[in-house]
Amino acid sequence: MRVRPTGPIVPSANVSGNALMCVIAIMSFLACLTLGGVSMVRATAQSWQSQISREITIQIKPDDNLDMERALADARDLALTFSGTTGGTIIDRAATARLLEPWLGGGLDLNELPVPRLVVVTIDESNPPDFAAMRKALTETIPQAFLDDHRTWVDRLVAMASTTTMIGTGVLVLVFSAMVLTVVFATRGALSGNRHIVEVLHFVGAEASFVAAEFQKHFLRISLKGAGAGGLLAALSFALASFWQSQTLATPETDQATALFGTFAIGYTGYLGIFAIIVVIALLTTLTARLTVMRTIYEIDLIRSDPGRTDTFQG
Amino acid sequence: MARVVTRDWAVPLIHFENVGLRYGMGPEILRDLTFDIPRRSFQFLTGPSGAGKTTLLRLLFLSLKPTRGLIRMFDRNISSIPREEFPMLRRRVGIVFQDFRLLDHLTTYENVALPLRVRGKEESSYRSDVLELLKWVGLGERLNVLPPVLSGGEKQRAAIARALIDRPEILLADEPTGNVDPPMARRLLNLFMELNRLGTAVVIATHDLSLMDQVEARRMILSQGRLDIYE
Repeated sequence: MRVRPTGPIVPSANVSGNALMCVIAIMSFLACLTLGGVSMVRATAQSWQSQISREITIQIKPDDNLDMERALADARDLALTFSGTTGGTIIDRAATARLLEPWLGGGLDLNELPVPRLVVVTIDESNPPDFAAMRKALTETIPQAFLDDHRTWVDRLVAMASTTTMIGTGVLVLVFSAMVLTVVFATRGALSGNRHIVEVLHFVGAEASFVAAEFQKHFLRISLKGAGAGGLLAALSFALASFWQSQTLATPETDQATALFGTFAIGYTGYLGIFAIIVVIALLTTLTARLTVMRTIYEIDLIRSDPGRTDTFQG
Repeated sequence: MARVVTRDWAVPLIHFENVGLRYGMGPEILRDLTFDIPRRSFQFLTGPSGAGKTTLLRLLFLSLKPTRGLIRMFDRNISSIPREEFPMLRRRVGIVFQDFRLLDHLTTYENVALPLRVRGKEESSYRSDVLELLKWVGLGERLNVLPPVLSGGEKQRAAIARALIDRPEILLADEPTGNVDPPMARRLLNLFMELNRLGTAVVIATHDLSLMDQVEARRMILSQGRLDIYE
């Protein structure tokens, strides 16, 4: 007589996985969104930082004894003597007036107001000049000059990017913790519903690791499906947002969104990150299920074998 | 790794010395039990309902710790054995429950093969052994049947086959004839005796006097927590 193919010791139907799969999918989706969001903010902050650090500004305050035009030219020439500078532009009166127009209105006569003037010096990002030496030389030659290397802004951007990363990491830790707890409850529920199987395995000499392996197979399958669905949904969301952004370029809404969040594209590293999150969630779920099963079996064994414990498992 | 079992025939399989057991703060269920289960022996464990037969079987199966006293199994003091080693010791003991405890989603063949499966053996390595044993217990035609479809006697034989498949050194059976008619009870008893002739020690817990009268065997009678042995 032929024997049917051997069935699983713990049947799939005995592990109610649909609700758990949904929870894992939602957690995975949130984790992937967080990761993508953090990487977008970091990329935007980096692009801002790079734009800011490509140039420095020399500001010259007006003074009764100062020939402003000459001072501007001297400052530019002095700055260009330093290696690492690639060009210098004096912001002329018309451009300065345009800069001040939002605050002071049109038709401004700069001669009547003590308005500082600017020289914008572009620098080589990879080989920046010695700012301290330039600042010293400028102050010695033109006491009214002030060199702004935009360090304050760069520092703030770096701080903002770090804070965003920290918040993102915190959210990821919370999401993973919630998921681990959910899996612990689900595993305990599955064990409770399959107590008769665990008992029989115990009596036929199964080790806790064997029983754990039987249960963890199911949880690995459930978590792979859930995390895969959540990750795929997140990847689709980013792809759709990126597509929407590329299709609506130069509209006020898109400009606003781009200014705030940068581009929605997360690049191949972002998609790799999503894949990594799926793998991490699957491993975390499987490991949690395994440890929970082994711990629960140990507890059952301990209580069952202790005649002093009449609370449960005695039978 | 192959299991290395050293057998000193003079050393009993199981030795109890002044063993007592109480549940919680209740009275002692078992008191001052001192006895041996020799190798290749055959005995009945009997006594009135509630005398503690099942509790004693659980002690014999390492499923319960005594409140006091010494238990040696396979020449080892069980109080000094780490918990992780208990499954290995349990593999040397076969147990048959009154309520069978077969898994309803596995076929007769799969239930009987379960002990070998949990030991990590490949199905191809044990298939012929399982089929042979199932034929021996008269279930050769019921391989692919699920337990809910089996009769009481068939379930009992499947449970016995599961307990025997890895050739245990001792078989513990709790009321193995409790759910079957007298002819089937007689057949099962013959099965146990045949097994005993092949070298396995057998302990049958029962309160069926007619069953015990059919065989000349050692009787361990539990009464009010104490054990009397009639060789």
